[in-house]
Amino acid sequence: MPHDHHDETDASHPHALLPSEPALRVKALETILVDKGLVDPAALDAIIDYYEHEIGPHIGAGLIARAWVDPDFRKDLLRDADALIDSLGHGGRQGEHVVVVENTPETHNMVVCTLCSCYPWPLLGIPPAWYKSDAYRSRAVREPRAVLAEFGVSLPADTRIRVWDSTAEIRYLVLPMRPDGTDGMSETELAALVTRDSMIGTGLITTGLITTGLITMAGES
Amino acid sequence: MTRIHDMGGRYGDGAVKPDAPEEPVFPQEWHGRALALTLAAGALGRWNIDASRHVRECLPPADYARFGYYEKWLGGLANILVAQGIVSADEIAAGRALGPADDSLRNRRLAAEKVVPVLRSGGPSSRPVDTAPRFAIGARVTTHPIAGNQAISGGHTRLPAYAAGKTGTVVLHHGGHVLPDSNAHFGGEAPEHLYSVSFAAGDLWQHAESPADEVCLDLWDSYLTPA
Repeated sequence: MPHDHHDETDASHPHALLPSEPALRVKALETILVDKGLVDPAALDAIIDYYEHEIGPHIGAGLIARAWVDPDFRKDLLRDADALIDSLGHGGRQGEHVVVVENTPETHNMVVCTLCSCYPWPLLGIPPAWYKSDAYRSRAVREPRAVLAEFGVSLPADTRIRVWDSTAEIRYLVLPMRPDGTDGMSETELAALVTRDSMIGTGLITTGLITTGLITMAGES
Repeated sequence: MTRIHDMGGRYGDGAVKPDAPEEPVFPQEWHGRALALTLAAGALGRWNIDASRHVRECLPPADYARFGYYEKWLGGLANILVAQGIVSADEIAAGRALGPADDSLRNRRLAAEKVVPVLRSGGPSSRPVDTAPRFAIGARVTTHPIAGNQAISGGHTRLPAYAAGKTGTVVLHHGGHVLPDSNAHFGGEAPEHLYSVSFAAGDLWQHAESPADEVCLDLWDSYLTPA
């Protein structure tokens, strides 16, 4: 049986030769690759700029808000998200194949990647630290209700939780339930209510928060 | 059998700590640099996403456990650059280049103006498969009894240990997708039908928190047999 060649000996772990301080480790690798003519520092700046400024949860929130106000859009999003997302120009790396899963009073969806940290980058941006943590990766599949409690979320016992462990190149986006009391809101106002965590399934968009928000808005106007 | 990354269901990791509102995208400046360097090196085309995952999984368990997310990326990047003969171990130790790369590789350098188009187009893993899917939605299937690469000892697989040898129900069919177990080892894309399979929590865990809750995993045809 063939064996994996990365294993066993120190010589096969060249990373151990890098400086121990992470910032210096990056700098050393960047210097080597730039000097060898393999990496353009301006391309690195462009990549960082793209992930810091171009993509983020506002893109996913826009899809959710539109699905709340437009039944045909909602149907298409749930049936064939890829075609819709491509037509809107929101495809890309780590979001080539997307499935949108709908929360209902009966079923709550929650997304994890136990083997690494797969996440729908073009729709939500770079995953937060907690999503990549050992605690979330190890526990979300075994005790989702305990994990949700750490986010302040408590679900009725008769709501079934479905945890999606992203083991392939399919990226999952949760379509949260539209909260009560938002009938008169515009798509833009609704998008502002949609949190990143609600699209991962570790947050709810509650009427209580919205009521507080409306009162605050009224008080300020 | 399994490697350190396969941690689903593990005990002892403590509480999840949600982030503060307005947490920066890259909490440390070097995080963004590490991500960008990894993507730019990947654009040289010498490896694929499955190989890059596998090289991170092959970090020594003690390193994997103590490294943060981007440190794992850096460790994996250094190792795969050397394994592919792009950078030498001497260069890593010296912290500088000891010679230029081949022209054929230099010609593949990612230009700054190509960054956005490349990131926006991505790299789909869907592929045509000649055969009809073996399983219909609703079919009961059992996963391979051992969560290991079926051809290569210690090789890459996407069947987590907690779901090995378990029986569940097919809930989605995604069409054909590149098989990571082959592609990670440069054995070809070997596409297979990919399914989402739902398992009852009560069938996965000795002490299920709520037995009727479910965990769904995306699993390739060769991971499954009819139940």
